[in-house]
Amino acid sequence: MSESSDAITGASILLDVVTKQYPGQIKPAVGGLTLEIPAGSIVMFVGPSGCGKTTTLKMINRLIEPTGGKIVINGEDVTKMDGDTLRRRIGYVIQAGGLFPHMTVAANIAIVPKMLGWKKDKIAARVDELLELVSLDPAIYRDRYPKELSGGQQQRVGVARALAADPPVLLMDEPFGAVDPITRQRLQDELLNIQSEVQKTIVMVTHDFDEAVKLGDWIAVFDEGAQLVQYDSPERVLANPANEFVENFIGSGAGLKQLTLTRVNEVDLMDTITALPGELASDVLSRLQGDGSSYAVVLDKRRRPIRRLTRRQLSRLQLIDDTVDESMPLVSDQSTLNDALDTMLVSSSETAVVTGRRDVFRGLINVQTIMEAISQANAASADGSDAPVGLNSGAIPALSVEDAVAAEPRSAEDPHSAEEPR
Amino acid sequence: MFEFIGERIRQILFASWQHFSLVAQCLILATVIAVVIAALVYRNKSLSSLANGVSAIGLTIPSFAAIGLLIAPFGFGVTPAVIVVSFFAALPIIRNAIVGLAGISPSVVESARGIGMSRMRTLATVELPMAWPVILSGIRVSAQMVMGVAAIAAYALGPGLGGFIFSGLSRLGGAKAFDSVLVGVIGVVILAFILDLILLGIGRLTTPRGIRV
Repeated sequence: MSESSDAITGASILLDVVTKQYPGQIKPAVGGLTLEIPAGSIVMFVGPSGCGKTTTLKMINRLIEPTGGKIVINGEDVTKMDGDTLRRRIGYVIQAGGLFPHMTVAANIAIVPKMLGWKKDKIAARVDELLELVSLDPAIYRDRYPKELSGGQQQRVGVARALAADPPVLLMDEPFGAVDPITRQRLQDELLNIQSEVQKTIVMVTHDFDEAVKLGDWIAVFDEGAQLVQYDSPERVLANPANEFVENFIGSGAGLKQLTLTRVNEVDLMDTITALPGELASDVLSRLQGDGSSYAVVLDKRRRPIRRLTRRQLSRLQLIDDTVDESMPLVSDQSTLNDALDTMLVSSSETAVVTGRRDVFRGLINVQTIMEAISQANAASADGSDAPVGLNSGAIPALSVEDAVAAEPRSAEDPHSAEEPR
Repeated sequence: MFEFIGERIRQILFASWQHFSLVAQCLILATVIAVVIAALVYRNKSLSSLANGVSAIGLTIPSFAAIGLLIAPFGFGVTPAVIVVSFFAALPIIRNAIVGLAGISPSVVESARGIGMSRMRTLATVELPMAWPVILSGIRVSAQMVMGVAAIAAYALGPGLGGFIFSGLSRLGGAKAFDSVLVGVIGVVILAFILDLILLGIGRLTTPRGIRV
């Protein structure tokens, strides 16, 4: 629909030798972590469970108070400011959305604007706008309660609520952990579409490396005690794992990496004939024969594909109706080729229909395109000079990104020496 | 019986109203006290079990003894009645309020805090509304129980239908003594029924559709 400007609305985040030491524990949960998160990018925290990635995330909005170090957002030190005020400026999404079951969808989304004292009609307009953004029809979903929504829809509302007051930063704690794989793929695609519109700074915790590769501009791989093992682009983490730990964590066969790295919008899509409900099937068939394509795609009013028709199906039809084919293989242009291939295999089809922002039809993709893309794209790993800074002070310097260490003037500090205000 | 009622209808209605009013006001007071106590202890496991223990032991105290003991410091009349009725009313509500508040999924509370709600706001707008159905069922249990307790308050010359019961019992065998007791007892049962209906209605009106079962 609307192509909004590509201006970055996100803020940069800097964790400056941040430490979390729980009383009574010898090893800090997070020890002297320095991490730069560039404005407008998606940074994925991955690592085994209990490695401190969630603790690190929650220290950014100070749900967990750091015991040492500074957190700087957009140049402003937020370590000492009022925690509630800070959190109202940072979106927060958890698994299954964390919606309040006793409030309607609209009331859930309106919470932060209400706390910030927005006017009623401004809030109502914002709620509808956000529901549109997360692909839920406001007229249908506004007054529903969370229990009347599916898991995926609840998650969408959770994202809408986090975006309500237009915060520059969005923190997501394993947001897609509780939904089935197909819904997860959709939600991931949608998040990327939303991000291409809003350009926030997103920090997401996940334990799924494929998710990290798919969504992340940068991936931070953590080991126990929030030791930052590698902080780099997905391509380079895959191509040059920093050590055996990262290698093991990446897991799957190297040959199929390209499938996860390349997105549908990076390959050539095929055009095809489109039709609207109400057209004569014979007209569409003659256009299709003139074009040489094998499918015609039927679109709804908002140019979203609802079904596709073969020549044979067309020749049997009189008039094109608005039946929705739920089983049509559908991928977003933000999907990885891995997702696209998966979708095709599941529906036993050689082609899949591709949609862009807000589910608008983009074209078709087929198996040959994917195979060509794999064979073409081989040397994709560029040099690492633009990676943001990330290191643990005084901790295994050999594992940090080398040039990042060089760019960081800070001398190594002992994380255990960090003062403990509590 | 009917003759007895006919002769004293104004007196009976007045006593019934007094009884009902005593119970209703004490219930409100008890709910406030119980919710405050529950809100203070529910985050802490040992404090919660302490509160639950006190509530369990409190319920075993015979109400008749409790009111008798309170006559000494507070004298006769309304004061000991209010104290005893509120005390007994608060006990089941405390238990339910703790259960209700502690039963809220931590992820809901975390997301409330995560989007910038203060502790107080989280409690007032998220936790209490979500625990409300459980708290209200505690209030209903309380209401039934203290209807009877309030009758005993008449021993300390408190207001209500208990007066008919005690005066009847004290001259049992005498003229219309049995009628007097019966009027008191039936009156209490009817009032309890009415109050329960009212609480049921309040529950319907105050429970959001999203958490209705």
